[in-house]
This record gives sequence, structure tokens and C-alpha cells, in this order.
Amino acid sequence: MTEFLMPSLGADMEDGTLVEWRKKSGDTVKRGDIIAEVETQKGLIEIEVFDEGVIEKLLIKEGEKVPVGTPMALINPDGAEAEAKKETASMKKEVKLQPIEEKAEQKVMEKSTKEIRIRATPIAKKIAQDKGIDLSQVTGTGENGAITKDDVENVIVQKGEISKTEKGEKPVDNLVEVEPEKTEAQPFEAELYKMEKQPVEVKKERALTPAEAIRSAVAAAMSKSNREIPHYYLEKRVDMSKAMAWIKETNRERPIQKRLLPAALFIKAVASSLDEVSELNAIWENGLQLKNEINIGFVVSLRTGGIIVPVILQADSKSVGEIMEVLNDLIPRARALKLRSSELSDSTITITNIGEGSADKVFGVIYPPQVAIIGFGNITEQAFAENGMLGIRPVVDVTLAGDHRATDGITGSRFLGSLNKYLQNPESL
Amino acid sequence: MSQTIKITYREAFKQGLREALQNDDRIFLMGEDVGRYGGAFAVSKGLLQEFGEERIMDVPLSESGFVGAGIGAALAGMKPIVEVMTVNFGLLAMDQIVNNAATLLHMSGGQLNVPVVIRISCGIGQQLAAQHSHSWEPFFAQVPGLVVLSVGTHEDARGMLHTALQSPDPVIIIEYTSMLNLEKEISTDMGAVNITKAKVIKSGKDISIITYGTGVYKCLESADELAAEGIDAEVIDLRVLRPLDEETFLASVAKTHRALIVEDAWRSVSISSEISSRIMEKAFYELDASVKRLCGVEVPIPYPLHLEQASVPQKSDIVKAVKRIINP
Repeated sequence: MTEFLMPSLGADMEDGTLVEWRKKSGDTVKRGDIIAEVETQKGLIEIEVFDEGVIEKLLIKEGEKVPVGTPMALINPDGAEAEAKKETASMKKEVKLQPIEEKAEQKVMEKSTKEIRIRATPIAKKIAQDKGIDLSQVTGTGENGAITKDDVENVIVQKGEISKTEKGEKPVDNLVEVEPEKTEAQPFEAELYKMEKQPVEVKKERALTPAEAIRSAVAAAMSKSNREIPHYYLEKRVDMSKAMAWIKETNRERPIQKRLLPAALFIKAVASSLDEVSELNAIWENGLQLKNEINIGFVVSLRTGGIIVPVILQADSKSVGEIMEVLNDLIPRARALKLRSSELSDSTITITNIGEGSADKVFGVIYPPQVAIIGFGNITEQAFAENGMLGIRPVVDVTLAGDHRATDGITGSRFLGSLNKYLQNPESL
Repeated sequence: MSQTIKITYREAFKQGLREALQNDDRIFLMGEDVGRYGGAFAVSKGLLQEFGEERIMDVPLSESGFVGAGIGAALAGMKPIVEVMTVNFGLLAMDQIVNNAATLLHMSGGQLNVPVVIRISCGIGQQLAAQHSHSWEPFFAQVPGLVVLSVGTHEDARGMLHTALQSPDPVIIIEYTSMLNLEKEISTDMGAVNITKAKVIKSGKDISIITYGTGVYKCLESADELAAEGIDAEVIDLRVLRPLDEETFLASVAKTHRALIVEDAWRSVSISSEISSRIMEKAFYELDASVKRLCGVEVPIPYPLHLEQASVPQKSDIVKAVKRIINP
């Protein structure tokens, strides 16, 4: 049985509200199907499923707001419907106790697993650290499912790392499922002294307008970035005459709807440069983690204020033309807040393009947990000296903000050098 | 092996008092109705006849006045035992206790110490309602300069007064109305006891139940009941509420990794909140469960018996709470 979980659509997403199930119990789903619509701070997102099988049970009701990583539905990969009813009751129980189910192979889960805090008692953590036990693999039997000293020691005994502990003779009872009413019970004080119990005031949330929600999502992500990431900044003036000439030449053979914009070329050039300087295609989570796929987030500003960052997946394997097609599809839908979940997650680097007729350059703020953001300014005619000659050329100021925990200026500098090389040889892209 | 005798909590106090009066001429008892009436709770019954009016002194109904007089006597070289009828009335003497007794050593640059002993009856027990029945140990335990003792056992009822009278500084002895008629066996040669350390009354390995005063016997009984179910609880009587002997309860928590604190006093800003904080500060990495507390309900103590009983933790509450911690 597979759990379908509330996906994380960015480091800043904590929860989402299920607006509508697109599938019902008994429906067959395959990878990529839209299973639900979820309201997030980034607007209404269509959520795709990554498993194949038959939906056994929908666990969340429409209108419910649940944290990232919460199981929302059970999917039976074999499609064996017969057992469905019998199993669901016990599954639900298990679900509550084990929010940290291993689902590493699922792309969407990758982030949310890391974000769930493991509940363990102080001494359990200490023992686990001393003995090198991975707490995410331990089932907790303590208060609210917390991992206790006994739980860790039982795992140690099972692993045979120590032959006998102080509590070794105790029966291994942590594998026995805890009765459900125990986990749901109030703390005992509440029962004893109800008059003392202060009702925990649940803050009634006013539904945010999409603009407010996006504003607050941007605020959260950018505050985190500024708080945690030591940025370094580099800047490179790039002569765009060859690139602009190449675009003009190429567009001559293309129908109007398919004409290329410099943005597509920029994205392609960034993707190709990341192939050479892979350290910038990474995330910083417990250290630098290089990413294999080059998925480029592209900042789209919204007319109502705020920004949204759709992702161009595997941009290095797409041609400039293909990237342009993706942009033509993504940008209008992004502005209408009609993106799918896979189009918002998993970006490994971000490009911000300040566009025409505006500021000359842009110094970006890194979108955590990424380690760099590339900024393209306005393409303007400037005096440009080359080979002892002064000429008027179309020039763009390219900036790079890098996470100094992850890389140094020399890395960023190599990247900008590579980018310049590609923009001087656009036909090579 | 020494012999044991069966003795009430009240009688244990009386023996301690008589012994003190016999041993030192400077020692005298003063308080409301301690002489002719024999003490509001009959602790000093018969002592007037034995020691005379100068040693067993009835005083007017003015706590501030006679506690102040006791402090003055202590400054003048006497060793007064001042009895305050109940903790509620004790508040009337708070100015003398805090601003004089506890502070004079400091304010005189170490020249004037105040060896006064103040005995106060405390807690529920005889349906004396909100006028007489509160558990205000925390008020006193907050004041630097005082030694605050809580008499949770017959041994301490018999022996604490003796040691308190040796102290160069003011000592508050909190006694419990509800336990006066309770009979227990103590050793016949029981005498002076230490007044600096908490005591492990019953040793165990699964949880530390930390308590004082009326909680001690309740927790011991709870521990017996829990033992029948295979839970081995350790019971600690704090005994000294100021200065706290944290060494004893921290060592216990380091052994059992779990703690329940039981007291009759109101929960907020109480002895249990202090104990809990110290465990967090100094034994956090030993904890295998969050520290829990059972405290008095935060209401004025009610008159009806069933409500009076319901206003403080009872044995069944303690047993239930321990089980919840061990098997959440």
C-alpha cells in the first residue's frame, strides 16, 4: 500500500488546503494524473500522483488544511480491491503513528521527509547520537509517539551492536502497535483538573486573497534566505550583439507565435554553463548536495504583485526552441495561478530577468535551499570597448548571487565566464 | 535494632517541643492559644503546666506583633519558637518575616542574625475552608535569608525542631493539619534530623516522584500500588524547600529518566514549577519523558469535604499520572 502525501511545493510551504479531489476511491491512477486540487500560498495547484494503482481510500476531506507530509490517500499498487475495507482501519492508525514513513524514491516526498521534525526524548537522542542510530528508522512509543530511550535501546539490541543492555531483558514491546485511543488522549492533567485547562485558542484564519498569500509566501522565503544565506555577488557585462543577431536570424524562419525571445537563450546558456560549473546546480541542506538534473526556476512577476517561480525541467536537454515553447505555455498559466505541482517544485537554480525598459541590472536573493540565483538586466545599447576599439553594442549586465556557505566567488566567476562564452557563440547552444 | 513506637504526628511534635524546652533555658514557645488552650491543634497541650507562663506564652491576636516580638527576642539572645495558627494568618506576619527576619543579617552587614523558629500549620484537612487551609509553601520558599522546612513524615515531626533551633538564621517549619492524628511507627531513639537534604524515602528505577508535606505518604502508598503492577517508583521527600537540595532529585532523575512532581500548592509559580525548571536546566539530557506535575487546583480551598479532597492531588491521581508517563 502506498500513501499519497501532501507534497511540498517549496521550502516555504508548510501546509495546504484540499479544495477538491479529482479522483475517488476505486479509481485507477497512473503517474502524472491529477489527483487533487490544493490551495497553497502560491494559489490553486493541481497535484499529480507519482504512483500507479487503485485508490483505496481518501483520508482527507475536501476543505481540510493539512501539513506537508500528511497522508492524504492510500493507493493500492496491485489494484487488489478485495482487501480494501479490511485494511483501511488499521492503516489509518499506522498513519498517525508514523509520519516519517520512508518514501525516498518519491520525488515529491524528498523534501517533506526532511522537514518533518523527529520527536524523540532528550536521552533517546543522546543515545542515538552516541551509538549512531538513525532516529527516522525508529518507531516511537512515548508521549505522542515520541521515541524513548527504550525504543532506541531495542533497536540497538536488534542490531546486535551491543549484546546486552541494562534493559536487555525487557520484552521488545515497542513494535506492538499502540492502541489508538492512547495517542489521542489528552494529557492527564487535563482530565484531572478540567477547570485549569485553558482551551487552546485555535486562531481562526481568514482566507487570504491569492495576492496576500503570495506576498506572504515570498516574504517567508526571502526572509529565510536573508537570515540564513551569506550571499556573495558577481557581475559581468556581456556583449549581446552576436546573440541578438542570431535570434534575429533564427526568428526570420519562425512563425510569429514561435519567435524566440532573449529569455529562452539566457535560460539555455545558463543550463549549458551549469553543465560545466555543476557546483551551482545544487541545494544546501546539511551541506552541499549537487543535483543531477538541471531544473531552472524562472521568476514570473504577477500583475497583482508578488512573484511565482515555475520550473523548466531538464533545461540542459531542451533546445532553445523547446525552452521558448515551455515559456509560452508556463508564463500565462503562472500569471493565472494555474500551475501543476510538478511545475513548481524541484528547481535547482533560479533565473530572474528584469525585462525590458526597466532597471539595468538585478541582484537576486537566493531561493532556499538553492545556492545561486542568476540575474539578467535590461539589454541596452552601451559603449563597449574591445580590441582597442570603442563601439556601441547591445549589452546585458548579468549578475550572480551565490551562497558563500556552498561555493566561493571563484566558482561564480567561472560560471559567468562560461555563460559569456555561450552567449558569444549562440549557435553552439 | 532499635525499638519502635506508634505515635501520632501531633505527639511527635509535642515530644520534640518538650525535649527542646528541657534542653535549653533560652528556648520558649509563644503563639495564639498555645498555653491555656493547649494550642489550636493541641500540640502544646500540658506544656504550660510543665514549663510555666514565661516559657509557654499566650499572645494577643496580632501576628505582625508577636512574630515581630519573637524576632526581637531572637536578636536579644533568646531562642523563640513562634507558633502561627494557620498559614492564612501567617500572611499578616509576612512583613516581619520577610523585611526583618530574612533581611536583617544582610542589612546589618552580618552583625545581626535572627535565630527564630516559626511554626506554621498548613494545608487542608479539617474542613477549615478558604480561611485556614491553603498551601502557601511557595510564598515562603521564595525568600532568600529563610530556611523553609516542610514536615512530611513523623521522623521529621519529631526531629526537625531540634535542628532548626541550632540554626543561626530564621527557620520556617511548615506543619500539616491533615496529618495531626495520623499514627506511624518511629524508632524510640528518634531524635534530631538533618535539615539540609532531601530524602529518598523509597528507592526505585522507573520514575522519580518528587513531593513534600502531605504528598509524601500519599506518594508512598501510590508507589506500593504501582509496585503491584510492576512499576518501580522512587519517592523523594524534598523536606527542605529553601534552600532546595537539587542534588538529590537531579541524581534521581538521572537514574529513572522520568519525573512527576506532586504538591498541594497551586500550580502556577509553585515549588513544582521550580523543581521542573531545575530539571530542565540541569538534567535535560537525562529525560525520557516530559516532566509532569500534579498540583492543587487553582481555587480558594472549598468547605465541603468532597470538594476539599478534590482540590488537591489524591493517591488515585498519582497512580494514574505515573501510568500515563510510563505507558503513554
